[in-house]
Formats: sequence, structure tokens, C-alpha cells
Amino acid sequence: MSVDTATVKKVASLARIAIDDAHAERLVPELNNILDWIEQLGEVDTSGVAPMTAVIPNTLRLRDDVVNADPLTGGGIRDAVLANAPQAEHGFFTVPKVIE
Amino acid sequence: MTDLTDLGIREIRDGVREGTFSAREVATAFNAAVAGAKPLNAFLVETPDHALAAADAADAARAAGETLKPLAGVPIGMKDLFCTKGVASTAASHILEGFTPQYESTVSQNLWDAGAGMLGKLNMDQFAMGSSNETSAFGNVISPWRRNDGGNAALAPGGSSGGSSAAVAARLCPGATGTDTGGSIRQPAAFTGISGIKPTYGRCSRWGTIAFASSLDQAGPMARDVRDCAIMLEAMSGFDAKDATSLDLPVPRWEQGLNASLAGKRVGIPREYRVDNMPEEIEALWQQGIAWVKDAGAEIVEVSLPHTKYALPAYYIIAPAEASSNLARYDGVRYGQRNLPDGANLQAMYAATRAAGFGEEVKRRILIGTYVLSAGFYDAYFTQASKVRTLIARDFEHAWDKCDVLLTPTAPSAAFALGEKSADPLAMYLNDVFTVPSSLAGLPAMSVPGGLDRAGLPLGLQVIGKALDEQGVLNAALAIEERAGFVARPQAWW
Repeated sequence: MSVDTATVKKVASLARIAIDDAHAERLVPELNNILDWIEQLGEVDTSGVAPMTAVIPNTLRLRDDVVNADPLTGGGIRDAVLANAPQAEHGFFTVPKVIE
Repeated sequence: MTDLTDLGIREIRDGVREGTFSAREVATAFNAAVAGAKPLNAFLVETPDHALAAADAADAARAAGETLKPLAGVPIGMKDLFCTKGVASTAASHILEGFTPQYESTVSQNLWDAGAGMLGKLNMDQFAMGSSNETSAFGNVISPWRRNDGGNAALAPGGSSGGSSAAVAARLCPGATGTDTGGSIRQPAAFTGISGIKPTYGRCSRWGTIAFASSLDQAGPMARDVRDCAIMLEAMSGFDAKDATSLDLPVPRWEQGLNASLAGKRVGIPREYRVDNMPEEIEALWQQGIAWVKDAGAEIVEVSLPHTKYALPAYYIIAPAEASSNLARYDGVRYGQRNLPDGANLQAMYAATRAAGFGEEVKRRILIGTYVLSAGFYDAYFTQASKVRTLIARDFEHAWDKCDVLLTPTAPSAAFALGEKSADPLAMYLNDVFTVPSSLAGLPAMSVPGGLDRAGLPLGLQVIGKALDEQGVLNAALAIEERAGFVARPQAWW
């Protein structure tokens, strides 16, 4: 499978990365070069093979059902959460208007 | 008195304990070395006060007659992928410029709890995506090594932990943290004549480590020798409830368990690692490594890892796919840079922010990841790669029937010049050919210096072990280290 300029622009839009036509055209051969190379995986017979979901056998743990059991990942730290926001007002993240 | 910056982690730890020198003297010497090495561009942020504060705490504890912590008085470098509270952390990307973490990563906290101090944050490939440190938004790291041909070509320190490798090799710090997703500890260690180990996936918590590919990312130490790596890895490792993939196991006493005798051990030589166009010198070093482990008492067995050639293409589907998902968080809303063109709506703000903030290689991987995960292609690419990953892990499982550890070269070449491969992403990816398979299988693997090539540049040997057998890896690496007698170091030009 290979990509053309329109596909690259579509994928960039899905990935929310603005690219202009010149950039998209430049990316076409670059991405196709990489995609051609990974295409070789198709020749591996994987019938009956399960996709890997965990490299090391591990069990999923449940934490105690306690609010703020760990203060680092609990709540009540609004100022710390907002400290790095490019724009925050009245205790909220601020973004351009989203409702017309 | 000897130059304190020539000392490794163990020597500093023991010297501080014995009162041969004070921790403050050590920190002061390394702070000066860091400040005097700007041309290497290894540090993004210098934190001399952090190093001095930890040193003073060590000296005060000693004066009070307390038992010193495992790394008391040892200053280290911290790869900028680890979030450090109150100290800018950018993963070498513009998109995180201005980000000051409000919390400390588990790995860095573990090191501070063990008494270590921080000399600064180390430059790296942007979001750990690269093998030469040329994708940093803040300039290339220059390797302290130079070829012996009289030329002054600037060489790659390897990547992505290139600031870490350059800083340890140049004696700017006795040890540094690295992270390894497909070889980012081992390849830079090999390029700069130092040691580095990626432990079993899950040994080191990923909490507070800026994510690249979560099923592969694993932290580990980079230091001057095997023992120093064992000491530092002990401090970094341990169960962490905040990382769902953290292994709930006690941390072995790796330093205490070091044993360079390989009597009764079987060392496997995977025949598929003899790749086309491999330089003669790499093959010669590999043969030398085989002779060394034999001399240490090991039996050599040839093994086959039949899916080796598919590891790289599988990796370059899985890692970008996970990266495209992980890096979706950089949206200009919660942290880092925001780019808001006049009159732009929210979607346009996201796209402009990410276009301006991410470097070319990061964008390339996000696009590939988005493509292989998109509707209609997911099964052909991502599911197939995940199945191949199962087969690669199975290859290793079969090998362990015949041997205890594997011995291979770390990289297919010595350090290349900066700019030599950066125009061809695929050529750069191929540099990870020997390190990626063990990453996909989550296995512990280590690079240890083996010798120099004709140009006077270091070459590394890699030891790969069974899951959770870091001890076996460290021991085989120690056996090699003792026989290699690697003492070469870069001549200071910076």
C-alpha cells in the first residue's frame, strides 16, 4: 500500500498536525519508503498466532476504592493541574470558543 | 589528589563513606566539569544547587554518624525524559517549552531517596525518537570522541540517550539515567565506550517518564562500568502502584550478586545477527567476545532466532502507533506551547500548535502511527505487527532451552558523523537492528565496551538475558569487561 498527497493530508488532519501542500508532497516519498519497507511483514505466516498484548506476564491490580488514596494521583490539586496551562482563567483551562 | 571526575559511582560512594573526600568536593568538581563542557551540548538545564544540596545532606549524615544511603554523595545526570519537580522538562521538544513539572517521576524520586543529587537535565533525541541525537529541538549533542584520522568531524553520541552517553563518556557525571524503547540506552553506550543496561520491562516505573511507546519504554542506568550500572539500577528499580505495568517483585541485590565466572553457563550466538554488510571489525569483535566468555568458563552454543529480520519493521509499526496515541496529549491546552493563529477555532489551534511544536521526525512517526491505526489498515499493519511480536518473543523462549544468555554486537557500526544518516530516516532506523528484538520481547539487555575500531572509536558488545535475569546479564557483561580491559577515553577538546 502506498500513500499519495491526499492521503498524507487526510492522515495529518486525523493527527491534528497542520501541513501545507509542499510539506505533504515532501512527505509522500518519505512515508512510502518506510511503508514499502514495513510491507515485508505481510510475508510472515501468523495464522493461529495471537497478537501480543503484554511482554511480561502481569496481573492487573485493583486499588482500594478510596478517594485520594494516593495524594499524587488524587484530586484537590487544581492549582498544580493548571500551573502549566498556556491559558487558565477562573480555575479552568481556557480554549477558543467552541460553540457557535 | 586524583581528579574526582575520574571516579565512578562505586569509587565515589565508597570514598564518601570512608571520608577520603567529601561529597561537596565531588559535587563541586562535577558541577565545574558540566559548566566547562558547553560545546558538547549534553545538558539542557544545569542544576548545580540540586547536586550540592544532596552532597551536603550526605556530608551531614556522615558527620552525624548515620548509615549513608546507597548513592549518598553521588551526583548524576538525568535524561530530560524524566519529569523533575520544579525543573523544566521538555523531552527536547519545543512543544514542552515552558513546562515545569509539579511532581517528580518515580525513577528520579527513587534516586533522590537513595541519596543521589542531580547535575542537570540531559539532552536527547526529541521524545526519544532518534538514534543520533539529531532530532533534539535544542541542538545536536556532540560526542566527546573523535576519529584518530586527525579530522575533527563531529560524531553522533548515539540516541536517544545521547546527552547521557556523551556526559558519562566525557566525565561530566559518573552515571546518568537513560531510557530504552528500541535501543536508546545500549546504542549510545556502545558509541561512547560506556556501559548501559535496559532491565526487564516493568522493573523501573514509567510514572512521570514522558511517554514514547508505552509497551516498550523502559528506564535504565548508563555508567562507566558494569558494577556502577548494577548499583544505579538497584536504586532506580522497584514496584510502583502508579504504573499499571510495574512488576510487583523485590529488587534483587545485583551488585552483591556480581560474579564474573561463567562456569556452567551457556552463551548463545544467534546466527541471524550476522547481517549483510556488517563491517569486518564488528564481526571480529563479536568473535573476540565469544573467546572472552569461553575463557570465563561458558559453553558456546549456536542458536536461531528465525524472526529477527522482521523485528525492525514490526517495531516501526508498533512504536509509532503507540507514539501517535501518547502524543495526542500535546494539544496546547494543558501544558507546553500553544499556537493560536488569528481567528482560529479549537481544531485549528490543535493543528497549528502541533505543527509548530513537534520536530520533523516526531511528526513523521505520528503520521505513520496514525496511518497504521486508521480504519481499513489496522489489521494489516498493527495487528500483524503485534502477532509478529509474539513470534519474536517465542524465538527467544525457544533459545532459552539451549542457553542462558545471548551475545551479539550492540550496533552494526561505530559512531557515524552527525549529518551522515539524518537525510535518510530508514538508514537511521536500521541502526537499531540488534537492539530492537529484545525490546519487543521485554528482555533485559546490556551493552559493554569491547574495544576500538581502526578509527579509534568504541565498539560495544550486547548481552541479552531471560526476563528478570538482570543478574545473568550483568555477570556475563562483567566477564567481558574484565577481559576487554577497556580503558580508552576521549581526549578533552571541549
